[in-house]
Amino acid sequence: MNVFVAVYQRDLRLAWRRRTEALLPVAFFLVAASLFPLGVGPDPQVLKLIAPGVVWVCALLAAMLSMPPLYAADHADGSLEQLLQAPGAGLAVAAAKAAAHWTISGAPLVVGAPLLGLLLGLPAEELPVLFVSLLLGTPILSLLGGVGAALTLGLRSAGMLIVLIVLPLAIPALIFGAGAAAAVDAGQSPSPHLSLLGALLIACLVGAPPATAAALRIAVE
Amino acid sequence: MHAVTTTSAPAIARPRLTWFTFASPANFYRLAGVLGPVCGVVAAAFAVAGLWTGFFVAPTDAVQGEVYRIIFIHVPAAWLSMVLYVAMAFWAALGWFLNARMAFVFARAIAPTGALFTVLALWTGSLWGRPTWGTWWVWDARLTSELILLFLYLGYMALVAAIDDTRRADKAGALLAIVGVVNVPIIYFSVIWWNTLHQGSSLTMGAKQHMASTMLIAMLLLTLACWAYAFAVVFARARAITLEREGDTAWARALVAASNQG
Repeated sequence: MNVFVAVYQRDLRLAWRRRTEALLPVAFFLVAASLFPLGVGPDPQVLKLIAPGVVWVCALLAAMLSMPPLYAADHADGSLEQLLQAPGAGLAVAAAKAAAHWTISGAPLVVGAPLLGLLLGLPAEELPVLFVSLLLGTPILSLLGGVGAALTLGLRSAGMLIVLIVLPLAIPALIFGAGAAAAVDAGQSPSPHLSLLGALLIACLVGAPPATAAALRIAVE
Repeated sequence: MHAVTTTSAPAIARPRLTWFTFASPANFYRLAGVLGPVCGVVAAAFAVAGLWTGFFVAPTDAVQGEVYRIIFIHVPAAWLSMVLYVAMAFWAALGWFLNARMAFVFARAIAPTGALFTVLALWTGSLWGRPTWGTWWVWDARLTSELILLFLYLGYMALVAAIDDTRRADKAGALLAIVGVVNVPIIYFSVIWWNTLHQGSSLTMGAKQHMASTMLIAMLLLTLACWAYAFAVVFARARAITLEREGDTAWARALVAASNQG
């Protein structure tokens, strides 16, 4: 637990010292989503229909693109190896890094999503659903992305590899996340989608940190 | 390649046959050298028999006409694409838990063949879809999950290829394969749900209400052919990987020297 708190606090402090860098994912998120009306056309009906999907896909990409630096600096200067020395520390490091990634990159996406929803003409009753779906979904992305980041640690093409490896695994989260808002649009209750998203989150909370820890051990051994 | 006979390593006394006999690269190399060509011949025989039955014996379908004959290659390919992913994850897990080198070699050797069958299933499905459904592609649950399966194969192969250190590549690939196979059911069911939510089932894969027995036989023969082909190719590829990795061992040197002389 001490390792978890220490790594988490340290990552937050490091991010705070480089605030511009920490804001890049949310900037990417906003810019990428704003491209869709320019590409698809400004028809409000079309935009309203694709808005949940657009927001979710952009959040997914923003999360994945901000993954490579998660372990890279600690790996390069050898502190990751030191962190993993303590027995059982791998799990704590993996969980703390994922938590820090979500706090720094995931939470701003959740906050920014309703704004994007408004820009894309999403009706007011769908905005809270979109917010909740991202609140449940972005931690899944941080946890899954952590596995990818650990597997590709120190590789030349780590950025593209993470995207290729993690995106297929993130498809269920995308389906249920974007589906929640779409269900409201279709006059249905979003709760089945949100429940399944919550179930996915629990599964990832249980499964992803051990997998990340194993991948980290492979990478530094 | 065919210079591999018992004469190349006559001094080795045959040990008792155990579960781990063929976990030794030298023993595996010899075994695969025999089994690979045998599987290749079996594959060719079954393929000829299956194609002949499929094209000349099986009757024309009442609904779809001649087009349905794509099923004879499409179904085996789709089947193998899924089986091979599970097989790959199985060998990866075995390698992970038993720390067996040859298991990792097998996992790596299976991946390209699995990806090939996935592409074949998608391609033949698309060729079949055009005349029957009127479109090359629909975001149907089965098509979509097969496409995602291809992405999983590609991710595995890309990761393994990107890591230079063999041991790390093996273990990282194994971890990814295990994570992938755990996720396959989740992905599959979420895609089914997504599909039922987004579009009505206007298109169904019909024409399978009842099959003539000759159709079934042709499909089974070609399935066996695909299995045998997969075995043959995986054995050949695993042999090549083994030789590449064991290049500095005595048996591999003796083998290369013998084949250079011959």
